[in-house]
Amino acid sequence: MAVPAQKLEATAARLDGMSLPVGGKWATEAREAALARVREMGLPARRDEYWKYTRPDTLTQADAPAAATFETGEAPLFDSFDRLKVVFVDGVFDPEQSDDLSGENLTIERFADVAAKDIHWAKELYGVLETNGQNPVERPLAALNTAFATDGIVIHATGKVSRPVNLIYRHKSETSDAILHHVIKLDEGAELTVMENGPAAARFNKSMEVDVADTAAFHHVRAQGRDHERRAVTHIFGRLGTESTFKSFTLTVNGRLTRNEAVLELTGDDAVAHVAGACLGDGDFHHDDTVFVTHDAVNCESRQVFKKVLRNGATGVFQGKILVQPGAQKTDGYQISQSLLLDEDSQFLAKPELEIYADDVACSHGSTSGAIDEDALFYLRARGVPKNIATDLLVLSFVAEAVDEIEDEALREEIITRLEGWLERHR
Amino acid sequence: MAAIDQTQVKEGVDQETVDAVREVGGKYKYGWETEIEMEYAPKGLTEDIVRLISDKNDEPEWMTEWRLEAYKRWLTKEEPEWAMLDYPEVDFQDQYYYARPKSMEEKPKSLDEVDPKLLATYEKLGIPLKEQMILAGVEGAENAPAEGRKVAVDAVFDSVSVGTTFQKELKEAGVIFCSISEAIREHPELVKKYLGSVVPVSDNFYATLNSAVFSDGSFVYVPPGVRCPMELSTYFRINAENTGQFERTLIIADKGSYVSYLEGCTAPQRDTSQLHAAVVEIIIEEDAEVKYSTVQNWYPGDEDGKGGIYNFVTKRADCRGDRSKVMWTQVETGSAVTWKYPSCILRGDDSQGEFYSIAITNHHQQADTGTKMIHLGKNTKSRIVSKGISAGVAQNTYRGQVSMHPKAKNSRNYTQCDSLLIGDKCGAHTVPYIEVKNNSSRVEHEATTSKVDDEQMFYCRQRGMDEEEAVALIVNGFAKEVLQALPMEFAMEAQQLVAISLEGSVG
Repeated sequence: MAVPAQKLEATAARLDGMSLPVGGKWATEAREAALARVREMGLPARRDEYWKYTRPDTLTQADAPAAATFETGEAPLFDSFDRLKVVFVDGVFDPEQSDDLSGENLTIERFADVAAKDIHWAKELYGVLETNGQNPVERPLAALNTAFATDGIVIHATGKVSRPVNLIYRHKSETSDAILHHVIKLDEGAELTVMENGPAAARFNKSMEVDVADTAAFHHVRAQGRDHERRAVTHIFGRLGTESTFKSFTLTVNGRLTRNEAVLELTGDDAVAHVAGACLGDGDFHHDDTVFVTHDAVNCESRQVFKKVLRNGATGVFQGKILVQPGAQKTDGYQISQSLLLDEDSQFLAKPELEIYADDVACSHGSTSGAIDEDALFYLRARGVPKNIATDLLVLSFVAEAVDEIEDEALREEIITRLEGWLERHR
Repeated sequence: MAAIDQTQVKEGVDQETVDAVREVGGKYKYGWETEIEMEYAPKGLTEDIVRLISDKNDEPEWMTEWRLEAYKRWLTKEEPEWAMLDYPEVDFQDQYYYARPKSMEEKPKSLDEVDPKLLATYEKLGIPLKEQMILAGVEGAENAPAEGRKVAVDAVFDSVSVGTTFQKELKEAGVIFCSISEAIREHPELVKKYLGSVVPVSDNFYATLNSAVFSDGSFVYVPPGVRCPMELSTYFRINAENTGQFERTLIIADKGSYVSYLEGCTAPQRDTSQLHAAVVEIIIEEDAEVKYSTVQNWYPGDEDGKGGIYNFVTKRADCRGDRSKVMWTQVETGSAVTWKYPSCILRGDDSQGEFYSIAITNHHQQADTGTKMIHLGKNTKSRIVSKGISAGVAQNTYRGQVSMHPKAKNSRNYTQCDSLLIGDKCGAHTVPYIEVKNNSSRVEHEATTSKVDDEQMFYCRQRGMDEEEAVALIVNGFAKEVLQALPMEFAMEAQQLVAISLEGSVG
């Protein structure tokens, strides 16, 4: 479909005056190509089908809307874990607060350094998975990220990495506008866990391209920080080889606007991809999970599990899709999106899609929305559990299916503790 | 039907189902043509053509203006491209917008005066226009009590209605059942009040086109408290070549009334595609109920995808009154391209909308069909059951919307859509939109055969069935439930479909 002239004009006006970062040969080429993609597609606009339920304007406008920082008073997340800390402050790598960028079976470099080189292996992935992910649905904000990102992390896992990498995003300036781009490559048989946490900036555009080779396993656990006014758009592009595993979980509490996109392509037989998310929203909160899983190999499994708890006018959005390509037989695709609306003002908007071109597959999707189960509440209260605690229990059990997608028990416990903390504060 | 014969069918898919689909999608039985002298309006669409259609129908000035307004709107509208349909661009100027048998120039005063060739056409289709008691070919119907088996038929041939049966008897009950052109002349107050009130002139590209050029269709008005004494039915036949059919149906069920309406359609077998863009509007007042059933069997094109009807239909029911109820049942087996979303606006408190659909696509057929349930009133209920079956290289998409508005407290929706693929060259897709804006409503959407009702499962298992058997029984029962919602008159087509099992289906 032809892009409306008005949209292209708006995009051109927005890009006017922005200049591409200076870098080495490969990075310059990748950035120029990405900029051309943005110009061709146009930035998302209100009437785009893919932005039906989320207004993109504050994500595309020239200046980031100001967002106050927020001191939580809590111990930092994942503090008790043995991990390799990589800290970004308002989207800029901070070597002072970060650990040494080295580890067993691991090469880890700052993207700013990688981009300055004329030759680097990251060329095979940077903007490449993003480009693949532009079809059949366009993701202009990801292309914008590829064009303008100056920082991020480049990881190459060559074997089992025992110490997880923790990307920590601190938010200091009320008007910060951060763009980060990470490239992660797992060799055959490699294993890597990446944790992410923190609000990052007033406005945050983050991309992560992950290439999981045959039999490799990638685990991802993220918590998006508790700042109330921040806005974020994130993309994860994953490519999965034969018998590989990709598991990602995201916890979102607070934040004015969040759009998390996950674009996964199962290209090798017997691959497994799980994407899960739990979000708790209170008040001025808009959370959008947009997931696109493509099955392009035989006997693969994919799961999408998303749970949203909403109140005081919070909005939850889910757009999920399972695409089974011709020949991708024996596919097992599962998708569930559920919302728990704790009051009359909140809303849940969902578009759970299936597109299937192979006949020997089992794909199912479910979506439900409703209030807390009064019978269950009554049952607990009849046994002497106070109403607010009973409600919390029911909320926890509601999001459990998503949290259970985290394989590592310690990480799961850490996330549950945060969930409980949030519920306690929001009674 | 070579496509299915040669197809390696996936293990677990019931052979009976494959046979049933083969039977339904087999040789098109209605592909013959009636040789009759026709009168055409010039090809293409202009303001003059709109005036001409209005003139041919003897319409009052206000109707002409209404059409012209729609035509102006249509010029500014763009064809929707969001559906999962891929077909060559339609040249709207290469169509005839009006065609009528020459013998219909003078409107026949009664069925006796109708051209015997036309009557023979309907006879051959199994739609008798004589006021017989029963429809031909309905098994077991002869044993049914005569009173209960009467069906009034409005027969539309290309652009004109050739006759409506049982008008007198219906009149005695107070029911108005006639062609829309007659209604515009005889009952302007009702038409003026309701036409375009459910599907506004500028609703969408095809509805706007229809508003400008609609030629004929049926009009039904059931007065307060009246239970329509017989089933009403319209049979649409496209006969002329390169001619679009643009029918318009308007059904009004006044307070406390009930009517069941059936619609059937066929067209000759041709190499070129033909356009069909209909609009159906239903208004349901307090405590009234309307059942609308369709067996859509337009010519689907040949095995290589040549020819066939492009079917772009806007159907919408407005449950205006409290406790009003509408039920859409559709069996879609024909058309090369189907673009159709019968919808329910549940405006009255406690109103109900139901949508049962079986869509079968084979060869190169493409269907993008589903429903919209817009919940506006309190305690409104809706139910969607959709079964899509794809064979050959066909594409079958369910597209639906369920919207719970903030004021639609304590409302309920249950949606189930299953798809079955026969062969590995076809596609099945599901595109639901779910919008929940209050928390006392419950919305459930599921699309899997394994997730049958736990209690039913428990019941069956308790009686010694294994899980697979139990699922098969429940799902089969479910498909039958959809089909049984169809009135007796569609029994013939429906019987063939009952054999369809959705075992081995995908979401």
